[in-house]
Amino acid sequence: MLDGRSQVRRRAGPRLWLSGGWLTALALAAIFASFLSPHDPLAQDLFLGRMPPFWVDSAEPGYFLGTDSLGRDVLSRILYGSRVALTVALIAGTLTCLIGASLGLLAGYLRGWVDVVVSRLIDIWMAFPPVLFSILLIAVLGPGLISIIIAIVVIDWTRFARVVRAEAMAQGAMDYPASAQVAGRTRLSTMLVEILPNVLPTIVALLTLEMGIAVIVEAILSFVNLSISTDDPTWGGMISEGRVSIYQAWWVIVFPLITLFLTVLSFSQLGEGLKDRFDPVLR
Amino acid sequence: MADLYEVENLHLSLPDMTRKPLFGAAPRIEILKGLSFNIPEGEILGIVGGSGSGKSTLGRALVRLLEPTSGAVRFDGDDVTHLSEQALRPMRRRFQMIFQDPMSSMNPRHRVGRIISAPLRLHGVENAREAAREALDHVGLPRSFETRYPHELSGGQRQRVGIARAIALRPDFILADEIVSGLDVSSQAQVLALLERLVRELGLTLAFISHDLSVIRRLCTRIVVLHHGEIVENEPTAELFDNPRAGYTRELLDAIPLPDPDEPWF
Ligand SMILES: Nc1ncnc2c1ncn2[C@@H]1O[C@H](COP(=O)(O)OP(=O)(O)O)[C@@H](O)[C@H]1O
Ligand SMILES: [Mg+2]
Repeated sequence: MLDGRSQVRRRAGPRLWLSGGWLTALALAAIFASFLSPHDPLAQDLFLGRMPPFWVDSAEPGYFLGTDSLGRDVLSRILYGSRVALTVALIAGTLTCLIGASLGLLAGYLRGWVDVVVSRLIDIWMAFPPVLFSILLIAVLGPGLISIIIAIVVIDWTRFARVVRAEAMAQGAMDYPASAQVAGRTRLSTMLVEILPNVLPTIVALLTLEMGIAVIVEAILSFVNLSISTDDPTWGGMISEGRVSIYQAWWVIVFPLITLFLTVLSFSQLGEGLKDRFDPVLR
Repeated sequence: MADLYEVENLHLSLPDMTRKPLFGAAPRIEILKGLSFNIPEGEILGIVGGSGSGKSTLGRALVRLLEPTSGAVRFDGDDVTHLSEQALRPMRRRFQMIFQDPMSSMNPRHRVGRIISAPLRLHGVENAREAAREALDHVGLPRSFETRYPHELSGGQRQRVGIARAIALRPDFILADEIVSGLDVSSQAQVLALLERLVRELGLTLAFISHDLSVIRRLCTRIVVLHHGEIVENEPTAELFDNPRAGYTRELLDAIPLPDPDEPWF
């Protein structure tokens, strides 16, 4: 019995370390962007436009990952861009999680009219196409970081609510909540002390997944110019600008794309890894 | 002796979710159809019946995990039929329950020590930790098990923890719902022997639900036979086995292979 478990645990290891490592590095980059960046991310130098990355012969020393068509340093812009990406991931992810998971937990455990209300709300929400919904929301709220965060929360809370509701319902159907009731525990306390810890691994996995999604949504909205002002460096903005010159200067689009990809992948892998770590049966 | 439980014309119906229309309330199915019986203090009452006959529903109505639709359930003279959860809470330490599936009835994230001491803490018992250890002694498990998780125990050990949790509060009454049906034969015998000893030592009143008449026969002083939510027989054990009155009881006795009743099979 122990063998099977320890194998699962070993497989969770590198995944957790790699994804955690990348995200930690990214967080440090975001916090210390002003120290780490070799150049001002906004500084234009038209004489140094479209310089290739360091390993290409015609590279300009000091511009590690090359420059874009306005001569801005790609590396510095990626580092500063991580600030926007991680801010959105953290705030939007956490808020979505808090709202969605709370509603899902209440609906799934308390059942009755709470569940009827929450379930109907989810059904109605699911009828809106999310992309159109988000663009509509931003159009109403006006572009900007806060609008993006609100849009993500408003659209994605149902993801948490649905999954957590189903999970809480399954946990509630087990005998241990009944046994807590026999012991004299209140329903609220049972929900928080008995049910919630058993739903938490699922919530954590969803939370990190949601952070990844938030990064993508921010990038997409930057790509279509609905994020923060176009001057400020964002990965989506860089991808959007790089698209125009993809044949002359591929590095302008490729490096932010790789960063975006690794970040989103890391978020989802971190969640899966943590979920295994949280499980007392696997631990 | 005084009656610990008095059950009078107990009806219980539940909404049938499988036949719920899109709008409006689900039709209710009547599961318990007017049961009346008493459980005297110190008795070991067996509740038998086929699957779906309403044994668990009756048990859950006794410990008020379910609220009866009508009729009355009196515990030690107090009417608990429709008491609110809040009003029940202080009384709950007096009637406890052992569940059929200990894996499902124990929080997989809590250690054994916490599982046993939780009811004690909830009722404000001082030194809950030490009391939980004594409960482990009582059910014959080493105290070191308090740091284990439920999944780290065998089926028999797990059910012992279930018993320890139920007796820790020193209740007057324990409901045991099919507590050995998930165990292999030798663990079954051990758990039953343990339960028998504890009932005697602690002066408990016990309701023991089972579909296995041979188990019931060994343990119980009186037997209630349930069939489709109705009591078809309520007799002292010897009486019921010697002279089954209801046709259904005879069917049960015939259908369940019993060890030779003259041999001491244990
Ligand atoms: N929550 C419920 N909702 C609707 N019907 C139920 C519910 N629980 C049990 N029943 C039905 O009540 C009957 C008795 O169930 P139960 O008391 O569990 O029987 P037993 O324990 O004797 O096998 C069964 O027919 C079952 O389908
Ligand atoms: Mg049952």
